[in-house]
Amino acid sequence: MLQKGDKAPDFELFATPDQKFSISELKGKNIILAFYPADWSPVCSDQMALYNEMLKYFSKYEATILGISVDSKWSHLAFSQSRTLHFPLLADFEPKGEVSKLYGVYNEKEGESNRALFVIDKEGIIAWSYLSPAAINPGADGILDALESLTSKNQ
Amino acid sequence: MPGQLKPAVSNQDHIQGAEEATIEIVEYGDYQCPHCGAAYPVIQKIQKKFLTQIKFVFRNFPLAESHRFALPAAVAAEAAGLQGKYWEMHDLIFENQKSLSHEGLFAMAKSAGLNIEQFKNDIQRPDLEEKVDADFESGIRSGVNGTPTFFVNGTRFDGGAEDLYDMLLESAED
Repeated sequence: MLQKGDKAPDFELFATPDQKFSISELKGKNIILAFYPADWSPVCSDQMALYNEMLKYFSKYEATILGISVDSKWSHLAFSQSRTLHFPLLADFEPKGEVSKLYGVYNEKEGESNRALFVIDKEGIIAWSYLSPAAINPGADGILDALESLTSKNQ
Repeated sequence: MPGQLKPAVSNQDHIQGAEEATIEIVEYGDYQCPHCGAAYPVIQKIQKKFLTQIKFVFRNFPLAESHRFALPAAVAAEAAGLQGKYWEMHDLIFENQKSLSHEGLFAMAKSAGLNIEQFKNDIQRPDLEEKVDADFESGIRSGVNGTPTFFVNGTRFDGGAEDLYDMLLESAED
């Protein structure tokens, strides 16, 4: 798993059925990458729904959040619509798990991404990373702490 | 240290129970979340069982994008608080969770005995929504990742309301 101080590898994945997205497009912004095992988790207040509530807090720190799983762009579209998510979900679908592997957070046994968080600074360097047990929603306190220390560093 | 309540309970909070209670339970909840609705009678059971040993605090954690009446309900409870009827409204909302709507909230305000004109004005007050937002942000800072999340004496309790009841029973027996 990539750690603080590593350069965040660029990648290009589908964000919608007809649109690809690469993190180099977000230069000059802080980026939160949230790898998660699968769309359609059965609880009503799941991790992606929580982040969806937090977009205004993230934008306070000039940060954009991206969700990533190995689900297809069509699954992401349906999931995103059903939860009214207002941030992109990227499909690490073909070749399966390639980006997750690049970041060292692919679970070969399950064929899914681990539940892992990265905060990347405006220069594309990883400022914080965290691997959560698969069954546990890691919340967002770690992300906010990381963003806060980035902001105070720049002042 | 993870899972610590930030900030600690203060007079900014809605507190039910005895000041000198030794067990302080804080719930981060969403009025439209079915799991919070299920937790509501369990909290009452805990309060009945442990009486003055328990102090209960409710902080708002509305998942407004998933539950469209979560935020209006939270604001309505805060507005009732301005008329000294926070807990009456809190109880009514959870007891009528299935019929949550704008009309429903007004009907509850009436049942709670609120001055409706004042209620109507108060729910527009930006400071009430700011209070709800501040609760939400404190939840995030404290490591809340969904609802309901409970804190016992300032430390996150990883379990539901029934688990909380069992834990309290067990520690009472020790």
